[in-house]
Amino acid sequence: MIEEYIYDYIEKAERNDKRSIGRLLTFLESSPSQAFKVLNIILRNNVGKAHVIGFTGIPGSGKSTLISKLIHHYIKDNYKIAVIAIDPTSPLSRGAFLGDRIRMQEHSLNPNVFIRSVSTRGLKGGLSFAGVAMVELFDYLGYNKILIETVGVGQAETDIMNIAHTVIVATMPGVGDEIQVLKAGVMEIADIYVLNKSDKEESQKTFEYLDFLIESREIGSRIGWKPKLLKTSALMGQGVEELRNSIEEHLDYCTSQGYFDHKINLRRKTLVKLFLEKTLIDKLSEEFEELKSMNVEDFSSQLNILRKKIEYFLREFDKYI
Amino acid sequence: MVAKLGLNGHDRGAKIVARVLKDAGMEVIYTGVRQTPEQVVETAIQEDVDVIGVSILSGAHISLMKKLIENLKDKGVEHIPIFLGGTIPLLDIPEIEKIGVDKVFLPGTSLNEIVKYVYDAALKKRMKIRD
Ligand SMILES: Nc1nc2c(ncn2[C@@H]2O[C@H](COP(=O)(O)OP(=O)(O)O)[C@@H](O)[C@H]2O)c(=O)[nH]1
Ligand SMILES: [Mg+2]
Repeated sequence: MIEEYIYDYIEKAERNDKRSIGRLLTFLESSPSQAFKVLNIILRNNVGKAHVIGFTGIPGSGKSTLISKLIHHYIKDNYKIAVIAIDPTSPLSRGAFLGDRIRMQEHSLNPNVFIRSVSTRGLKGGLSFAGVAMVELFDYLGYNKILIETVGVGQAETDIMNIAHTVIVATMPGVGDEIQVLKAGVMEIADIYVLNKSDKEESQKTFEYLDFLIESREIGSRIGWKPKLLKTSALMGQGVEELRNSIEEHLDYCTSQGYFDHKINLRRKTLVKLFLEKTLIDKLSEEFEELKSMNVEDFSSQLNILRKKIEYFLREFDKYI
Repeated sequence: MVAKLGLNGHDRGAKIVARVLKDAGMEVIYTGVRQTPEQVVETAIQEDVDVIGVSILSGAHISLMKKLIENLKDKGVEHIPIFLGGTIPLLDIPEIEKIGVDKVFLPGTSLNEIVKYVYDAALKKRMKIRD
């Protein structure tokens, strides 16, 4: 039976065998059918328990450094911590430079910390199907805090709202376009705003402006939680404990209001949507390659060819996955 | 994965290799400078990498690579191919290869050659893993 080895990996992963966890994560980011086999096992009767925390915000604002400092606190609390660090795939070469680990390598030998780098592999969102599936695996394995780092560009970052219990947006002082970013909506999604690099001189002005926006409700509160604004210097380790406390406060709020389980529900529905999306896009791309070499000229015939292929694929779906 | 092993803090060369591999369509995990052999192995395991590239400028390449390979064996992942670059003298190559390093690139090696090696090494490694 083909699933035998997957059970084997899962059993070892449950005993925190890092190599098996690493392999399973690879399955989740390879073909949809491979991922399906893993998810089909781990999502059976599994009630989610992990606190999922999303970090987003402009490149260079210090997300990776902040996460690393936060991990120090979580280690003291005896938590098991997973980091999913997502970086964009280059649309031209389809390669990726995954450099978030640079800031986190001090934790690489800690048995209670697992860090995995992920590239978006051409998916429109910052959060791919693989990223969400990985959250489910770490949750299944009993990790307490799952930290997701995504690059804060574009509308698709709002995906993180469907996945994370707590969303943190990091920014830094003296970024010319920052206000535009703010207005564009990327910054409207946070439960906690962090102005990092507050060791820099210009920081007070930016802080006051952000504070004004929150106080005047220019950037909104969600589900009755008024977003917090914190000043940190990840480099100096300042404000990190306050950040940790604010995250816990938000978690308590979520739990008391019933949003904790609601989010898990939403996350799993998002997973199904992303799974189907990826499966269909993969299939469509495959058929498109074939269409390119076919001698069909008009729009409706071309559409018909692709439509029939997809219809057939959906009818035979069980056999493919 | 590309890592800078040892105490020397310069990583220009390692970064150039990482960029070139990226431009060739690979996903490159970059660990930064001053990594220990233990860190390199643990990172390779968590990231489930196909190939490990190591840059050493400190002169301690033989002892560092020995430790690295020992660690790989301890953890049962010695099937991951390793290539080494940096300031490696020609005369040291036989000994380094005997330790179990798959490939050594001398200073001045063309970047194309490195890309081609990594591509082939990754394919070979993937074919070895049954699943
Ligand atoms: N001055 C200052 N620099 C910082 C701070 N936090 C991070 N950095 C630096 O900012 C750069 C980008 O940090 P990184 O964590 O990689 O940012 P990311 O792209 O948002 O993950 C690095 O060179 C960090 O050392 C801070 O609080 N103050
Ligand atoms: Mg980062």
